[in-house]
Amino acid sequence: MKVEMNIDDVAKLARLKLSAEEREKFSSQMSDILSYVQKLNAVDTTHVQAADHVEAVQNVTRPDEVKPSLDPDSFLKHAPLGRDQFFIVPQVIE
Amino acid sequence: MDYEPVIGLEVHVQLKTASKLFCGCSTKFGALPNAQVCPVCLGYPGVLPVLNEKALTLAVMAGLAMGSTVALYSKFDRKNYFYPDLPKAYQVSQYDEPICLGGKIDIEVEGTRKEIRLTRIHLEEDAGKSMHFKGDTGVDYNRTGIPLIEIVSEPDLRSPQEAYQYLKELKTILEYLDVSDCNMEEGSLRCDANVSLRPVGEKKMGTRAEIKNLNSFHNVEKAITYEIERQKELLSRGERIVQETRLWNADESFTRSMRSKEAAHDYRYFPEPDLVPIVFSAKEIESVRVSLPELAQRRKERFMKDFALTAYDAEVLTAQKDLADFFERCLKYSKNAKAISNWMMGDLMRELKLKDLGIAQSPMSPEHIAGLIELMDQGKISGKMAKDVFLEMFGTGKSAQEIVSAKGLSQLSDSSQIEGVVKKVIQENPPSVQDYRNGKKNALSYLVGQVMKATQGRANPKMVNELLVKELEK
Ligand SMILES: [Zn+2]
Repeated sequence: MKVEMNIDDVAKLARLKLSAEEREKFSSQMSDILSYVQKLNAVDTTHVQAADHVEAVQNVTRPDEVKPSLDPDSFLKHAPLGRDQFFIVPQVIE
Repeated sequence: MDYEPVIGLEVHVQLKTASKLFCGCSTKFGALPNAQVCPVCLGYPGVLPVLNEKALTLAVMAGLAMGSTVALYSKFDRKNYFYPDLPKAYQVSQYDEPICLGGKIDIEVEGTRKEIRLTRIHLEEDAGKSMHFKGDTGVDYNRTGIPLIEIVSEPDLRSPQEAYQYLKELKTILEYLDVSDCNMEEGSLRCDANVSLRPVGEKKMGTRAEIKNLNSFHNVEKAITYEIERQKELLSRGERIVQETRLWNADESFTRSMRSKEAAHDYRYFPEPDLVPIVFSAKEIESVRVSLPELAQRRKERFMKDFALTAYDAEVLTAQKDLADFFERCLKYSKNAKAISNWMMGDLMRELKLKDLGIAQSPMSPEHIAGLIELMDQGKISGKMAKDVFLEMFGTGKSAQEIVSAKGLSQLSDSSQIEGVVKKVIQENPPSVQDYRNGKKNALSYLVGQVMKATQGRANPKMVNELLVKELEK
């Protein structure tokens, strides 16, 4: 069974601008992926609890201790724009 | 038509930890921009976040103190959205399996007690902070990854006053638990309000607006009051309420639509694969419960029972944990609980307020307050003198004994010294003496006044009275 999906919604949420060609291409690829995953529906999961983690590890914590942070220069130099220790982005209007 | 407001609050509280929720960066307020960030909170690829155990315990304490059920199993989820203050493009939060479910907070408005139910309390990380410059925006990620709990109430509040009381109670509980500083100026306590109206008697909820940017409890009250009026007016004109996020403008006292958030969000929550589930046994939860400190209500009852304070005094003193602590520290040095309560609630709070200080910054220590009360109780200074000594203590930070000794202020309680003055006053005021002997007993107060004047107010008034009467009746 072929599953259709709204590629425009996904593109909008991912902030992607798709050309008509790309729309077509990704639409079909995404539908293929969803159709493939659909196979799982054949398994009876009535008595299976939903799993959010697959590994049997729980309660991993660390003590509340301060560790050194990074030198701001070390990462700001990789940012498109930095000034006065701020990351600079296009104006955000609220 | 009459409308009933329906209000629910979402309160974000910063947990009092030294390091962030998933990394070792400091949570200290006031650092230079981006001075407290690391690969984990900047969202570098390949990093592994690890949960801060103290943040977890504090969240459980808050839940237990508010009557929530602590989940035996809970997990973290990613909440996905794009915003410059979110370096990973997702916030680690809890979606369908939060750490605490349910709970309640009791409030009292105009003498009526009411229970406000909680929906849930969940753990999440804070986002960064944007600074709006001319032409562009600067982003500081120091707050990114700061541990928060979000406390979500049911829509049980019916007035701006109830919302205010709810916040006050909430803050008192959190301060007593010492899980947060609850400092709105520093952003360690933030509140959003969901406000809607419905016709009185209607069960269905109306369309709500979410009000953000409420930076003080009074602003919460004012913004809700404004929002209720705004919605009433729209409804009375037959218009519809739009579900939207509105920003409160505290300077001009109005809410305005936040257009950038108008688009309906699809956060595409999914389990955070880098953080493993949190599993508690009932025994572990119980051990946190028994370690909870005494909360305000119980402390108030104890103050009334053990120190014979009135309900009002006990209420005022326990409303803030540090005030109640101060009171109890005073009791180590003086047993006169009533006097301590009076001095604290009267002169001390008045002077602190004038100087815009909290009890924690009081220039007078509990030992000093108690010392002043002791001098009065021993009859060494009069009540009137104590008021002046108090002001000087507050101004200089000196003890009562130091001030009294330095100024030679101590009360004259030596009967031979007072006797001399009494005799002199009797000699100099024959008319009053005559009046008294003729039965005008109120002439006595004039004579007492003369003795006090002659001793610059230092004579023990009780002794002056006794000695005068003794001398006059001779
Ligand atoms: Zn970090």
